[in-house]
Amino acid sequence: MKTIFKRPDSMTDMVTHYCPGCTHGTAHRMVAEVVDEMGIRERTVGIAPVGCSVLLYKYMDTDMHQAAHGRAPAVATGVKRVKPGLIVYSYQGDGDLASIGTAEIIHAANRGEKITVVFINNAIYGMTGGQMAPTTMPNQKTTTSPYGRDVNDVGYPMRMCEMLQTLRTPSYIARASLHDPLHSVQAKQALKKAFAYQNENKCFSFVELLSICPTNWGIPPVKSMDWLVERMLPYYPLGVFKTPEDEE
Amino acid sequence: MAKILMKGSEAIGEAAIKAGCLSYFAYPITPQSEIAEYLAKRLPKIGGTFLQAESEIAASQMVFGAAGTGVRVMTTSSSPGISLMSEAMSYIAGAELPAVFVNIVRGGPGLGGILPSQGDYFQATKGAGHGNFRFLVLAPANVQEFVDYMIKAFPLAEKYRNPVMLVGDGLIAQMMEPVDFDNVASTPQGDVESWATTGCKDRETNLINSLFLDPLKLEKFNDKLADKYNRMRDEEVVYEEYAMDDDPDVVMVAYGTTSRVVKTAIDEFRKEDKLKVGLIRPITLFPFPMDVLRNLSAKSHVKAFGVVEMSIGQMLEDVKWATLERKPVEFFSRKGGIVPNPDETKDFIKNIFKKIGA
Repeated sequence: MKTIFKRPDSMTDMVTHYCPGCTHGTAHRMVAEVVDEMGIRERTVGIAPVGCSVLLYKYMDTDMHQAAHGRAPAVATGVKRVKPGLIVYSYQGDGDLASIGTAEIIHAANRGEKITVVFINNAIYGMTGGQMAPTTMPNQKTTTSPYGRDVNDVGYPMRMCEMLQTLRTPSYIARASLHDPLHSVQAKQALKKAFAYQNENKCFSFVELLSICPTNWGIPPVKSMDWLVERMLPYYPLGVFKTPEDEE
Repeated sequence: MAKILMKGSEAIGEAAIKAGCLSYFAYPITPQSEIAEYLAKRLPKIGGTFLQAESEIAASQMVFGAAGTGVRVMTTSSSPGISLMSEAMSYIAGAELPAVFVNIVRGGPGLGGILPSQGDYFQATKGAGHGNFRFLVLAPANVQEFVDYMIKAFPLAEKYRNPVMLVGDGLIAQMMEPVDFDNVASTPQGDVESWATTGCKDRETNLINSLFLDPLKLEKFNDKLADKYNRMRDEEVVYEEYAMDDDPDVVMVAYGTTSRVVKTAIDEFRKEDKLKVGLIRPITLFPFPMDVLRNLSAKSHVKAFGVVEMSIGQMLEDVKWATLERKPVEFFSRKGGIVPNPDETKDFIKNIFKKIGA
């Protein structure tokens, strides 16, 4: 009998704890598939974040290091600098990466750390119960912006790809979305590219994945996909923002 | 190579290399930036890793990452920087990893000043970071001793898989003293295969983690840590006895820089006034030499204790607890970056003798 579909070798057989409709599972699987396809499982160290995906370390069947909130790029830097032969990636949400961890992500990118960062942008804090994130959309209601995000009071959502793109150091910066199968396939291609750049020891690589959080958005999963398309896509354009080849 | 004259900071950097630590992450802060400057020059030449981080927060988290791979790694900083590193120290202790931290203590609180201080005693011995954890705190008093304890710090961190901190101050870090590296040799490192995140080739996967969602498991883990810290109390106490062999009337307690001032005072008393005063100098601040002080407090020849610190009275609390205040515990301090001079220290000791009528 020919196997045509199976769990990636780089994932354990644990049942994930994610809410129905959550896109973390999709993103986890894509990372694991890329690690499998590139044959790098035995030299991969994943850095798990703080937030909903903290338990990434249970789902990935590779060496894992659980980091403090926002600090994953610094931890990844420590691992990679002393063991350059390893493939090191961090997996971080928007509160983690774009709020408490802005210094760490910007400086890891600016140093050109040969690591890969998977950035899950779902416009909200998930684990703590739906508070406003730096990526929360204008007028979006959250538990800490109960009247909607007032951009005059707390500013506009932060676009991390666009910020990182401005750095002179060569890097691969891309944004993709998980809202439908076609875009998910493209997202995986971006992830594969990112890991490949690291594998070639070429540059820092960063893939933002627009994601949904039906539970904390208070929107059913299928409608959440529509909400992402209508609200997030116009503000967070998809595409490749920077490649190392851009530089002369 | 015989003795060479070396600045404390540079000796600390060289000692780390001699100890087999080729990985260093740090952020500049006075009065110890020369350690980073020294290692920035040295480490790239010998295949080591030097990286200047964007903050002490990041530097210490890089240490966390590197420590997870099983390499010998350290960072150095000064008081405000150590506050920022306390997050990583908690995670490193929680994930049971070896790592070495050096705190060249300066005056505080806040931005404080840059001159010698011992105001971080509480932070080092009791409160660096959240959660139930302790770590060995070593307090060398001169440059040579700093070198010797740098060498010891790494195997100790590995023995307990726990951070180790060395504390000094600007006096030690900035002063030049003769140092001998001849008798200094690194200890071989044990096997890290069972826990280090080096890639899972030919073995089960390894995980560096401090999260326990099950409170019963977390409680058990806390008990395990408590056992570890009790083992440190049993096995790692180090102190020096100075002028203690003729049953002195007054026992001074001081560590690091202040212990050197106290020794000068004692030497002069012994010469001029024949006052019987000795010194217990804690070299490990945690574990504190509790037993020796408690035993002395029960001795009839001991009439009083005298504590000299560059703080508003931090180690003082441990001395009071250790001695159960069976005898008066007198206290003299300078703070804010001022080192007590021998004369005022002698006055303090004389006053103790007056009080006890000896």
